[in-house]
Amino acid sequence: MKIPQLSVFLENRPHSLLEPLQALAAAQINLSGITLADSEQFGILRLVLRDWARARDLLQAGGWAVTVTDMVAIDVDDQPGGLVRTLEVLAAAGADIEYMYGLLLRQSGRFSMLFRFEDPARAIAALQAAGVRTVREDALY
Amino acid sequence: MRKELWNDRAGGFHPVSAPDFLPRAQLREVQSRRLKAVVARSWHNVPLMRERMQARGLAPEAIRGIDDIAALPFTVKADLRDTYPFGMFASPMDEIVRLHASSGTTGKPIVVAYTQEDVEVWTEAMARTFAACGLHRGDIIQNAFGYGLFTGGMGTHYGAEALGATVIPVSGGNSDRQIMLMRDFGVSAVCATPSFFVHLVEKATEMGVDLRSLPLRTGVFGAEPWTDGMRERIQAETGIEAFDIYGLSEITGPGVATECSCHSGLHVLEDHFFPEIIDPATGAPLPDGEEGELVLTTLSKRAMPMIRYRTRDITAILTEPCGCGRTLRRIRRISRRSDDMFIIRGVNVFPSQVEAALLEIEGTVPHYQIILSRKHGLDEMTVEVEVTPEVFSDKVRAMEELRARIAHAIEHILGIRVGLRLVGPQSIPRSEGKARRVIDNRNDSDRSSR
Repeated sequence: MKIPQLSVFLENRPHSLLEPLQALAAAQINLSGITLADSEQFGILRLVLRDWARARDLLQAGGWAVTVTDMVAIDVDDQPGGLVRTLEVLAAAGADIEYMYGLLLRQSGRFSMLFRFEDPARAIAALQAAGVRTVREDALY
Repeated sequence: MRKELWNDRAGGFHPVSAPDFLPRAQLREVQSRRLKAVVARSWHNVPLMRERMQARGLAPEAIRGIDDIAALPFTVKADLRDTYPFGMFASPMDEIVRLHASSGTTGKPIVVAYTQEDVEVWTEAMARTFAACGLHRGDIIQNAFGYGLFTGGMGTHYGAEALGATVIPVSGGNSDRQIMLMRDFGVSAVCATPSFFVHLVEKATEMGVDLRSLPLRTGVFGAEPWTDGMRERIQAETGIEAFDIYGLSEITGPGVATECSCHSGLHVLEDHFFPEIIDPATGAPLPDGEEGELVLTTLSKRAMPMIRYRTRDITAILTEPCGCGRTLRRIRRISRRSDDMFIIRGVNVFPSQVEAALLEIEGTVPHYQIILSRKHGLDEMTVEVEVTPEVFSDKVRAMEELRARIAHAIEHILGIRVGLRLVGPQSIPRSEGKARRVIDNRNDSDRSSR
């Protein structure tokens, strides 16, 4: 249920998104999920992928600042209110959400939300106690 | 007795250091004798010097000792450019054994010359410098100062050999090879510019080489201003003891002044290079202890004597006796050059102030560049700072906070608003010699129309 996510610092300039993805493509590394958080000045590229360790080493060697963080993947019913129950549990537990994004699971065809919590262990404990279904790492790729 | 006085492998006082400990009265006599000789030599051989002295109604005989030095005219860098290439030489070409040149930052290079005797004095000065840094026979010194026209490489090289140490003339650049040599040859001391050494530390980490596990214990750094904060960072990260040395090609090259193990200012080798401090605006001599521009006179130089050369470096002379026992007066560590200073919106700014601000922020490395530009007639200053893996966070908010914290630290020190741009690791060009900290694009745009 803890999913490793790579974050890569990108300068706000042409080619800055292209270059790391070219490096991964050249090494035949496939992505399962990608989002880009942007600010006025810089971007943070976030990647979810099976070969995360190899991708991290490759990007670091290429001179990028890379960090690995634990995301929590929750199984979500693709219907109205599918996410509400989960958010209620998190709110009740006082778990702070830093950011989140959705991911369609290619194996099962189900939908998953990936959460970045300030304190993942605490959020996971609350979600499990409430019976919210989490997603294992291998189901993502 | 301090260890460095016993720094020869055999356990004895290093003979080369003897002049560092001359009684002050005796030192003054040496200085007076040498000043008279160098003034006479300049008068007879350098037309520019004779004209300047004549303009002041000054004959060489009027200089009776070191106390009369302030009567002499200054020499400035422009004099070296105006008399390019050989106009300041006091020796005929057949006595000159070496030429070096510095690019300077603008225009023509300046040329400096050495007789055999000059090379010997320079070598002695650098050997004394190394001895003061606690090095001795048996040390393996990796010399990463550039060899060639720049004086850093060869001056250091000759001094290391004269000391009896083993010198590896690797010169600047090629970081991978630098790390490999450091590891494979059991290097105990490195000479480099501080910015290049910081780059090497990064490179070692990248290559998985732990500098702390190597015999490396001493760093001899010079050729550019750096801060005590940077020293602390280097020492904490690598476990070495970092020494600051000072010199300039116009005077001889490295070997003009050096720290000792007290790390409390740099002893000027004033039996050869006499220091004065002046008010940079008026040229008036300032008493010891006051801050001003450093002026140096080469007391022993034959091929190209420099009389009261204005260095543009800002410092003060410290007079309190040093714990090491050297009688040579010290100058405060130079972290500012009046040449490096730029003025933005009426405020004088030194790059070292930006460096000091960065060092206050945990996890940042002092890889930075200052970019000056002009928009709609207004000067703008942007500082680019590299994001290191240590400070990088996946959270936008954390990165915005980091950016604000760095900008605030810089603004707090400078008192003006600055733009702060976070850039990727290794994106600021690394220099193999002196770091280029300031890029001034203000001339490109509307300044030319004025």
